[in-house]
Amino acid sequence: MTVKKSLKDQAARFGLTNEEFDQVVLAMGREPNALEAGMFGALWSEHCGYKNSRPLLRRLPTTGPQVLQGPGENAGVVDIGDGYAVAFKMESHNHPSAVEPVQGAATGVGGILRDIFAMGARPVAVLDSLRFGPLDQGAAGDRSRYLLNGVVHGISHYGNAIGVPTVGGEIVFHPCYQENPLVNVMALGYLKHEQLQSGTVGELGNKLVYVGSRTGRDGLGGAVFASAALSENSDADRPAVQVGDPFMEKLLLEACLDAIAQDVVIGVQDMGAAGLTSSIAEMAYRAGKGIDIFIDRVPRREKGMTPLELMLSESQERMVLTVSLEQEQKLLELLSKWELDAVVIGEVAEHGNFRIFENGVLVGDMPVAALNEAPTYTRAGIEDKAIKAAREQPLDLPLPEDFEAVLLTLLSSPTIASKRPVFVQYDHQVMTNTVVLPGQADAAVLRVKGTDKGVAATTDCNPRYCYLDPYEGAKIAVAEAARNVACVGARPLAITDNLNFGNPTRTDVYYQLEQAIEGIKDACLALDTPVTGGNVSLYNQYQAGAELKAIHPTPTIGMVGLLPDIGKRATQGFKRRDDVIFLLGENTAELGASEYLASWHRLEAGQPPRLDLAREKAVQDAVIELIAQGLCDTAHDCSEGGLAVALAEMALSGKKGASIKLMSDIRPDALVFGEAQSRVLIALKAEQVTAALKVLDAAEIPYAELGVVAGNALAIRLEPQNIMLNLSLEQLSSAYERPLAEAIA
Amino acid sequence: MGDAKSPLVAVKLMKVAVVQFPGSNCDDDARHVIEGVLGAKTVMIWHLEDDLQGADALILPGGFSYGDYLRSGAMAAQSPIMAAVKAFAKRGGPVLGICNGFQILTETGLLPGQLARNPVLHFLCQPVYLRVERSDTIFSSAYDRSQVLNIPIAHNEGSYYADQDTLNKLEAQGQVVFRYCSATGVVDAESNPNGSLNNIAGIINEAGNVLGMMPHPERAAEALLGSEDGLPLFRSLLNWAKSGSGVLV
Repeated sequence: MTVKKSLKDQAARFGLTNEEFDQVVLAMGREPNALEAGMFGALWSEHCGYKNSRPLLRRLPTTGPQVLQGPGENAGVVDIGDGYAVAFKMESHNHPSAVEPVQGAATGVGGILRDIFAMGARPVAVLDSLRFGPLDQGAAGDRSRYLLNGVVHGISHYGNAIGVPTVGGEIVFHPCYQENPLVNVMALGYLKHEQLQSGTVGELGNKLVYVGSRTGRDGLGGAVFASAALSENSDADRPAVQVGDPFMEKLLLEACLDAIAQDVVIGVQDMGAAGLTSSIAEMAYRAGKGIDIFIDRVPRREKGMTPLELMLSESQERMVLTVSLEQEQKLLELLSKWELDAVVIGEVAEHGNFRIFENGVLVGDMPVAALNEAPTYTRAGIEDKAIKAAREQPLDLPLPEDFEAVLLTLLSSPTIASKRPVFVQYDHQVMTNTVVLPGQADAAVLRVKGTDKGVAATTDCNPRYCYLDPYEGAKIAVAEAARNVACVGARPLAITDNLNFGNPTRTDVYYQLEQAIEGIKDACLALDTPVTGGNVSLYNQYQAGAELKAIHPTPTIGMVGLLPDIGKRATQGFKRRDDVIFLLGENTAELGASEYLASWHRLEAGQPPRLDLAREKAVQDAVIELIAQGLCDTAHDCSEGGLAVALAEMALSGKKGASIKLMSDIRPDALVFGEAQSRVLIALKAEQVTAALKVLDAAEIPYAELGVVAGNALAIRLEPQNIMLNLSLEQLSSAYERPLAEAIA
Repeated sequence: MGDAKSPLVAVKLMKVAVVQFPGSNCDDDARHVIEGVLGAKTVMIWHLEDDLQGADALILPGGFSYGDYLRSGAMAAQSPIMAAVKAFAKRGGPVLGICNGFQILTETGLLPGQLARNPVLHFLCQPVYLRVERSDTIFSSAYDRSQVLNIPIAHNEGSYYADQDTLNKLEAQGQVVFRYCSATGVVDAESNPNGSLNNIAGIINEAGNVLGMMPHPERAAEALLGSEDGLPLFRSLLNWAKSGSGVLV
């Protein structure tokens, strides 16, 4: 393996800097050949190696009695009691979806599902957190609609066919995502504790089995592609986008779970970004073992593929299974029952290296540890001056003359508007576990068959808050996700995070990343929701004239919660006329970073609402307690658009109006449209008010009676300003349902 | 659980086979209703087998058999197990095809007509209302005629189509068992989610032992999931099997 000529001048081609190339030489004790340089480049990319984010991610809390598996495996796992557990994780497929939305999104679903069943869990739900540019008229809006329709089609195509319900998520529209949309997919799976798997090669003598699709040139260099900025040339990257086959994945899913149930596998690993390279390097690293791979045995669908192409291909629907010598034959027979291609491609070795043989010739030999230990970088972040100025800008706003018009405008803001035209395209009921359907509540609720338990799941992030104040914004994202889960009656358990940011080598972006991670950390500690895993997507940026701009910082939070008794739960829709409506928490005069400011005043400025974590926890605990005691079955959190939008959503979901009176000195637009945190609206049967108030008093949180469920209109009277909003359900519905219905082809 | 109107013991003796094609994904949901909710026995039969293991009734479940890459149900119709399914049906054995199972039945020729793509050109997962047109079949005896059911659909290709002669014959012979309707039971264009001719949601063969339907009764079989309107369909089937009024094998 002599290397005639140094590849250092081509380091960039492999995704390495010159300094990193030198570090590779140091780790190997010699110059790498092209195969080795390519594998280091992939594993040391941001996508696989987390080189800019790892030191920051170490600050996050990752442990707790509920955590069975924290970060470092294919997915996190939390205990839900009685021997049951939930595996869950979120991952991005942003760059592929920008280039080829249908397949980009479809393979995003496929990839995250493999992470779940690699843990030994049966996938039971998918949620999607999607972000696009505005749906305006004209070319920009055309691109948004094209991406939206493509991504929705991709998710629907893959998720429906494989038979895992898509039960929730969010869709946010903002100009910063015009060129660089975000597609973050979260999946959950159920398992029994004893079924928990690890992506490991185990002991010496074990064999590695390749199973699933054949390897082609698709997705070649995807990890490097995902870690680079999108450019005008990105369309030329189309071959780096993989093509998904949900039918193959369904077979793979059933086969893997079958093999786990029959106890014939020792390790299970998805082949995700950087394909064979990362999956096998990670498995070997976890076991502290070396590995010999016989690359000529890899099933392929194209002729003339080089070892580097085979090692880096991101062809979809492939897994690596570890099996003992004794069980090898049994495993291969089981896989062939599922009509899958399976072949032994390697074995565990004592030497501690990742060795690759091609037709008996050693073509690559790298230390497993060095491959997995990408260099890390810490930087000093500095806040962008213009953003600081926007935050500190005094908001000298005229009061709107027509509050009804404001409410209708907010309801038809695509971010707030009904997502029904999207979720009818997703099979959200297959597997017959979905108890709270999309659009019915702040979080989806799934039952766990054979128990009384329910699992709640949601995703959340307000990029406007995170842009104007990344610390507070990320803190709110965690708190709101937890609040969403609490509003169905579930106790928040843990989060997965998907950190979507710009180029981390820029000081302003690094500042955002660091601040956001600090915000997540503080909220997770206060709410007792550790981080069990996630994904980092950097270099999300776009050309704006001469300037390269970062997307708004978007730390998407995926939250999982537990309902001990699924019979006691809440949804957002009003249930009965004459129910009494209460607000838990406090109204404030805050208007900064609100949807009202953006949609009505065309302003993105001001200080995002403050969040007191102790108050937040107290409000959530009170809501959970009310629901658990059977005192409340209607709850909805106040978020974008404030009180008025939250009430309108409760009215629309329940097809019942409400009569509301608000008494306050707060300026009226802040009162009804402001986004003060830690507020939840509930509706109670009149006869349960006394008992419910006892719970609220004991919780020592502020609350106020607002009115009753009544009629077929939402009537809100503001005193002492004597402002009246009175809109029929039809008026509300038409504003709320129209925007996405028009955008969906 | 169980059926208040019939001795549970007898129902438990029934055995329902759920046929699994590669890509089936509602197979376990069907099993759950028969076993978990109604307490009868199920057996899962892989498409490569040729023996129905003494089942009293068959379910062809929903899903995307073979990925539905060719035409929905077209590949599954050629599966080895389908010879046994056809023979079973010919002997009068009850066969229920749900969603993809309905598509497989039309592809096999056990039921007339075809399921075309939804006119909206995308998947539709939503609750719909169905009117029971016949309560005298082995699949619908636990319903009342003209009863309105709330049962969800979830499909891309669910638009029932047949040529005019076939359609006339279906109607004349009363082979339409379920029709899409409004909440109050009115059959009109507005309540037709997928452009099915004559609002057809489910049909039965002339012999009365093979039913295909696009909506998913197994998703509406427990109060916790929002509707129990699908449960009587499975009860009808088990009651019939229990009474032994046909059989077979």
